[in-house]
Amino acid sequence: MSDNGTFVAEVRDVPGGEAINECIQCGTCTGSCPNAKYMDYAPRKVIYMIKAGMKEEVLSCNTMWYCATCYLCTARCPRDVKPTGIMNALASLSVRHKLTNKKTLTPIFYKAFVDVIRNNGRAHEGGMMMKAYMRIFWKKLKSNPIKAFGMISLVKMLPFAFSLLKRGRMPLKAKKIKDRDGFKAIIAKAQSLGGA
Amino acid sequence: MALRRSLPKLKAWGALKMKAYSYYPGCSDEATGIAYGISMRAIGDALGMQLDELEDWNCCGTTPYHVAEELEAICVAGRNLALAEEKGQDIVTGCNACFVTLGKTNQRLSNNPELRAMANEALAEGNLKYNGGLKVRHLLEVIVNDIGYDQIASKVTKKLEGLKVACYYGCQLTRPNLGFDDTENPQSMDKLVEALGAETVPFEMKARCCSASLVMSEEDLALGLINKILKNAQDNNADCIITACPLCQLNLDAYQSKAKKKNEEDYEIPVFFFTQLLGMALGISEKELAFKKGVVSSKKVLAPYL
Ligand code: SF4
Ligand code: SF4
Repeated sequence: MSDNGTFVAEVRDVPGGEAINECIQCGTCTGSCPNAKYMDYAPRKVIYMIKAGMKEEVLSCNTMWYCATCYLCTARCPRDVKPTGIMNALASLSVRHKLTNKKTLTPIFYKAFVDVIRNNGRAHEGGMMMKAYMRIFWKKLKSNPIKAFGMISLVKMLPFAFSLLKRGRMPLKAKKIKDRDGFKAIIAKAQSLGGA
Repeated sequence: MALRRSLPKLKAWGALKMKAYSYYPGCSDEATGIAYGISMRAIGDALGMQLDELEDWNCCGTTPYHVAEELEAICVAGRNLALAEEKGQDIVTGCNACFVTLGKTNQRLSNNPELRAMANEALAEGNLKYNGGLKVRHLLEVIVNDIGYDQIASKVTKKLEGLKVACYYGCQLTRPNLGFDDTENPQSMDKLVEALGAETVPFEMKARCCSASLVMSEEDLALGLINKILKNAQDNNADCIITACPLCQLNLDAYQSKAKKKNEEDYEIPVFFFTQLLGMALGISEKELAFKKGVVSSKKVLAPYL
């Protein structure tokens, strides 16, 4: 039976989502997931909803953003479905379709992290945090300025940052790779080749 | 004369003994996990392990890179595989997240010729190519398999007798199963600790999640998971915890006081990299092993062994 064009086919075609059709809805993944209670729909249910074609509900929910990629579900799944891979595929697809969940901050942090890497070839915690908080600030300023200034409470993060800084565990300067041109060219080409 | 004749022989013997690897430090190595990088280099010589840093490596992308298209994420991680392949050495990393990201990308590129062809089209823009078939290995696995417990035990100059250690493996060292240790109840680090003369304590949470990078955006959730792990170590009377991952170390060490406060608990458990404890047993000085980089003080716990 061909399922081309369906949502389940779209998930299956992202690397990581290949085995979705093997799921027998046993619930082992949900029972193993340390973060299930935070998720709009726990892992087993999300897989069910994908099969039922509930694309918007799934891509806009918070589930994949609460997945810590601990792979406990993947290690235990009796059908080798690799639910972690499905979570990763959903994160990618929700960004592709601009349906990213608005209530969690994780996608903002992840995008800031990726932007730093695209630019430098290396991660930089300090730079990434700054970027993420600036974006959150602007978003809040546009919707609710009072909330934006509530972000002043972030100063309570300073002692934590300082505890790392004084031990040389939080460099202020970002590291960059040498062949940034080559690196950026690889990324540009990968992007132009489209979704894998 | 005799000395001159024996020198080349000695050198050849040394070359045979020293095994070389392409070392992939990962971004934490010079930042939050700086003590890992320092202690790793310190034990390298003592164990006959030559860690050649992979020239111009880039960040593997790890979990957050899934917000991009998967092909881009695969190429970002894959660039490192291509660089290592040119060298022809196994790629070794001490970070669980790098280990899984590089390992999984390696599996995909090696087993899927279509995907590899597409990735190579992109990699060609940086004059690189990956043919597949390289080995991605975790430092802990290299140490226990290539060097071995007996060899290590024979090199111990300072037995860590009486030290009670909780071995924390985290998630991505053994899951998904990339062929090293048990996914639910791993043993390799415990055996290593015993080879050093120390004791291990039962530790049910040894392979449960510390929340990894979710700690940045979901601190409440993270502090809950971190607390469960620390509480479990405390309940089992551990003097310290050891880890094989800079993310795990950061979460259990730097967030310990927050986790304690939020959950109204009371613990004070230093969190070391396994390389630091190993180095100490091999007789390397405390300073060379960067114990001072820990946020939770190690002074009391280490005092009997200095
Ligand atoms: S454990 Fe596997 S088979 Fe069972 S519900 Fe989850 S994905 Fe489906
Ligand atoms: S990998 Fe993600 S979905 Fe699976 S058990 Fe862990 S947190 Fe839950």
